[in-house]
Amino acid sequence: MAEIALNRLKTIPRDVTAWDRLKTNKNWLAIWFMLPAAVFLILFLAYPLGLGIWLSFTDARLGRAGIFVGFENYEFLWEDSTFWLTVFNTILYTTVASTIKFAVGLYLALLLNERLPFKAILRAVVLIPFIVPTVLSAIAFWWLYDPQFSIISWSLRKMHLISTNIDFLGDVWNARWSVIFANIWRGVPFVAITLLAGLQTVSPSLYEAATIDGATTWQRFRYITYPLLTPIIAVVMTFSVLFTFTDFQLIWVMTRGGPVNATHLMATFSYQRAIMSGYLGEGAAISTAMIPFLLAAILVSWFGLQRRKWQQGESND
Amino acid sequence: MTDALAGKAADPKAVLTGSVPLTDESEGTSYLQSLPRRLVTLYLPLSIILFVLLFPFYWMALTSIKPDNQLLDLDTYSPFWTWNPTLKHIDKLLFHTDYPIWLWNTMLVAVCATIISIIASVLAAYAIVRLRYKGAQWVGGAIFLAYLVPPSILFIPLSTVVFQYGLFDTPFALILTYPTILIPFSTWLLMGYFKTIPFELEECALMDGASRWQILVKIVLPLAVPGLISAFIFCFTLCWNEFIYALTFISSTQYKTVPVAIVTALVDGDIYRWGSLMAGALIGSLPLVILYAFFVEHYVSAMTGAVKE
Repeated sequence: MAEIALNRLKTIPRDVTAWDRLKTNKNWLAIWFMLPAAVFLILFLAYPLGLGIWLSFTDARLGRAGIFVGFENYEFLWEDSTFWLTVFNTILYTTVASTIKFAVGLYLALLLNERLPFKAILRAVVLIPFIVPTVLSAIAFWWLYDPQFSIISWSLRKMHLISTNIDFLGDVWNARWSVIFANIWRGVPFVAITLLAGLQTVSPSLYEAATIDGATTWQRFRYITYPLLTPIIAVVMTFSVLFTFTDFQLIWVMTRGGPVNATHLMATFSYQRAIMSGYLGEGAAISTAMIPFLLAAILVSWFGLQRRKWQQGESND
Repeated sequence: MTDALAGKAADPKAVLTGSVPLTDESEGTSYLQSLPRRLVTLYLPLSIILFVLLFPFYWMALTSIKPDNQLLDLDTYSPFWTWNPTLKHIDKLLFHTDYPIWLWNTMLVAVCATIISIIASVLAAYAIVRLRYKGAQWVGGAIFLAYLVPPSILFIPLSTVVFQYGLFDTPFALILTYPTILIPFSTWLLMGYFKTIPFELEECALMDGASRWQILVKIVLPLAVPGLISAFIFCFTLCWNEFIYALTFISSTQYKTVPVAIVTALVDGDIYRWGSLMAGALIGSLPLVILYAFFVEHYVSAMTGAVKE
């Protein structure tokens, strides 16, 4: 018995080779763990991002590498009234759609947070517009907005509210409001369900205490719900603004930017210039022009996150 | 703190079993409201919003089974219902177009891209959260930033990159570019899940001589299964949904995915196209809706988890 123990003792200490050290070295291991993700993100994200900025300074065409032309693309865009129209469209689309999405989403979240029968099913049903691929629901909207056979026009006519069919996607402002409505329709579930998740962490005892102290419904919302929800609102709205600003699918399916460029967003406009007309450099310049707006949105998100940690009494990590 | 105590006091059974729910399920002050009041302030607005949210789907489904003559004649027949449904549009779609091929392409691309992304994200998330190498925090931040880079500013340079790598107009163009959207998201999500797994488990395993790889496969992953399911479902949905890359990188009809093919190949000048278009949209959404129906909770937690972390 003792012999076995001795033998074992003898075998244990052996030289710690450099390989052993390397095997347990955190940084060395981490390289291998990070490698797959890093390869993808560098090859297909970081490199194209840099390449896009470079392309915007060249006169590249589809299938032909360009030469450096300085700020020529930007100067051209600066003079281009269509570009400014798309900037206007994008800002209008983003502000109106995000504001209404936030208002309706918050309202829907508050409603769903009430005591309701079949709450889980209701919540699941509300999310469906968000699950269904955007393109496919955009096609459904295209059909709903049909100039001749639109069911909306038909119903309004039967109710004697209008006398002729509404030309939803053919008229400049009608088209703008129609695509904004479709965007809101798709975005509300996301805002509502994420805000609902935030609402569910607010303890009802706070409302009870406030009610006993004589607070009105509005006061309870303003001084309990809203402050507790602020951090999550900041993040949700950042995402919402980000994805609305860079929207492509809805517009492309429903109007392709028409009528007379009235619904072109910067993303669809850059697709048209770069891929359809072949002016890669110019298209890249339009995409690059979107970056400052995105940075602003990211900064808001960042400070939203910081504030949340501070509110919970945690240190920032 | 007082809330937690109050919750425990209110529910002694939960204290005994040691499981106090995180969300407070008590009734609150809602019993103070009368039924008529609830009808006006709650049920009425809720049903209006639900009607608006669901009507396009009803319309989509109805259009795909209506006979052509009823589709365009709104006055003779009631447009909101049909008594003689037809499978003509669905039949035309499935047997006279390339729709099954597009469906298969979408499925193939979505599954491959999702699997690649999940593997890469599991490794990256574990390294960031648990190996805590030099600069791990910065990498974590960079991944979050990568999540915020939208495809619509990347597709132009990516199209030249895809062309350079010789991937243009092959399914690989999509399988290899979709992970750039998915990896940041799922890494971020999995980081949150891995953080909740106690350190002590790993320390025990390390003392017993397990390697990092064994710890990941035998301890961390089994405990993170809900997180993995969430990440998988969300990634799959994002792939299925993706449009702009598929539109730009694929030009031949046999490689197209459903969203792109419906818009580019199925839309023709035919005035009776609506039936099969709507059937295409409906069938294209079904796999996601079915998946969603089975995993609602995972889906919601993926969505809210990504926002909360």
